[in-house]
Amino acid sequence: MSALTGLTLKAALDGLADKSFSSEEITREHLSAIAASSALNAYVVHAPEKAIEMAKASDARRAKGDAGPLDGAPLGIKDLFCTEGVESTAGSMILRGFKPAYESTVTANLWRDGAVMLGKLNMDEFAMGSSNETSAWGPVVNPWRSNGGNADLTPGGSSGGSAAAVAAELCLAATATDTGGSIRQPAAFTGTVGVKPTYGRCSRWGIVAFASSLDQAGPMARTVEDTAILLRSMAGHDAKDSTSINAEVPDFASFCGKSVKGLRIGIPKEYRVDGMPPEIDRLWEQGIAWLKDAGCEIVEVSLPHTKYALPAYYIIAPAEASSNLARYDGMRFGLRVEGANLTETYENTRAQGFGAEVKRRILIGTYVLSAGYYDAYYIKALKVRRRIADDFDQAWQTCDALLTPTAPSAAFALGSKSDDPLAMYLNDIFTVTVNLAGLPGMSVPAGLDAQGLPLGLQLIGRNLDEGTLFSLGSALEKAADFRAKPAKWW
Amino acid sequence: MAIDVATVRKVAKLARIAEPEERLEPLARELNGIISWIEQLNEVDTDGVEPMTTSVAMSLPMRDDVVTEGGDPARVLGNAPRTEKGFFVVPKVVE
Repeated sequence: MSALTGLTLKAALDGLADKSFSSEEITREHLSAIAASSALNAYVVHAPEKAIEMAKASDARRAKGDAGPLDGAPLGIKDLFCTEGVESTAGSMILRGFKPAYESTVTANLWRDGAVMLGKLNMDEFAMGSSNETSAWGPVVNPWRSNGGNADLTPGGSSGGSAAAVAAELCLAATATDTGGSIRQPAAFTGTVGVKPTYGRCSRWGIVAFASSLDQAGPMARTVEDTAILLRSMAGHDAKDSTSINAEVPDFASFCGKSVKGLRIGIPKEYRVDGMPPEIDRLWEQGIAWLKDAGCEIVEVSLPHTKYALPAYYIIAPAEASSNLARYDGMRFGLRVEGANLTETYENTRAQGFGAEVKRRILIGTYVLSAGYYDAYYIKALKVRRRIADDFDQAWQTCDALLTPTAPSAAFALGSKSDDPLAMYLNDIFTVTVNLAGLPGMSVPAGLDAQGLPLGLQLIGRNLDEGTLFSLGSALEKAADFRAKPAKWW
Repeated sequence: MAIDVATVRKVAKLARIAEPEERLEPLARELNGIISWIEQLNEVDTDGVEPMTTSVAMSLPMRDDVVTEGGDPARVLGNAPRTEKGFFVVPKVVE
């Protein structure tokens, strides 16, 4: 890997600022790396001409002295974000060839701040999956391999393309989205940092909807500070999203490196689950010790409804998805498969356009919302959701943030869980509670397991308190001193 | 609550997804597995609990009811599977 692609976002912005290199140079290096990375299948839409054009425009702005906060930095964009005139498929056959006539607010914010788009990143279809295997364009392959092994591992999901591209140095940083863990679990599987901000921090406008009350965009990068820099540009109030929070966007990077002395860190006892590899338990203990050394006070807390979060999620998310995905009817955009009449055209279009997992979730969602089951399943799940949110409110009485493992395992082999939806769903056991409660969460790479695969620790914060997470995340990052990189095989 | 083949057929119809007859039985099995796992929610006492539809505790913002954009049929139709003379072309809806 060449020097420029291996830079952190911060170092790259500094290098661009002092004219050590141009945006065109760093962009071209990334494009070459991407062109040589087809074995990873991380990028599904390549836009090299547009990238060079944006890089040249950035260099021109900088020459005139009006560079923005991200000016010239080449980024990867998850294919869930609509990008004007550039194919946006959400990993689905039903959107093949779809070129939005508009730009999502989050990506528009990035271009406003001067960033360069390298291309669109692969993902599970409609962000429904934890292994990237539901993508209509084939799975992303994790750049990490276990010691001495050559089996293809999952980069996690749904933001697997974002995670793999960041880990393999195919972009300085990437956008991603998280509905049940889709930023944090792939971050843990690829030794990268992923942040799911407070629900409402980033506008959902122009992001293909999965489960609207849970979906939230966030950054992925190789350092905590880089995610802080990217989030500051992504976030902000947007009148076009009625759930967008009208709150000041702080300089998140200013929280990195701040003392965490005296912060109370809750350790939720319900996150010690049966069958969790002892290495993950040890890493968790190590994380506790690191934060203690940094001056934090450790307190045990209880989140008694934790075990009900996943079943509640698997009612709420499919229910919202079945409604959101009703728009894919083959009439105004996307795939159309003609039938003998209108209904058959709908049915054929959706049968051919959606993959197995998406159909499964639409069917579950339709079932739990159908007459006679709505109260028993959907309303019940919404009440349990309230209980889960209340658990966190209770915990905030005695602590300022929570520390947990991010995922119950390291990256697993592609194909090893794809036949068992329930086993796949359990990947999100530690991450999904945060989406239900709307809280911010972060995964920080903390170590390698015996196989040489990365493991992550998760920090959970109060509503709108990403700042504390950035302070704690950078303290963990410093203590863990995680420098391992995947050996290049692709 | 067991999901049988007839239920899957009905739900697939409601969802407008053509499922071939031979897929209904395996789907019923899969959905039963998931729904019976979900049933553990019944262990939670939710008496008097208000259903939580959103984590954002604010009222829906209102805006002025005015036209903000439009008048650009070419962009609107740009991704349509079939168009004619500035309209979407769809299968016959009314017999």
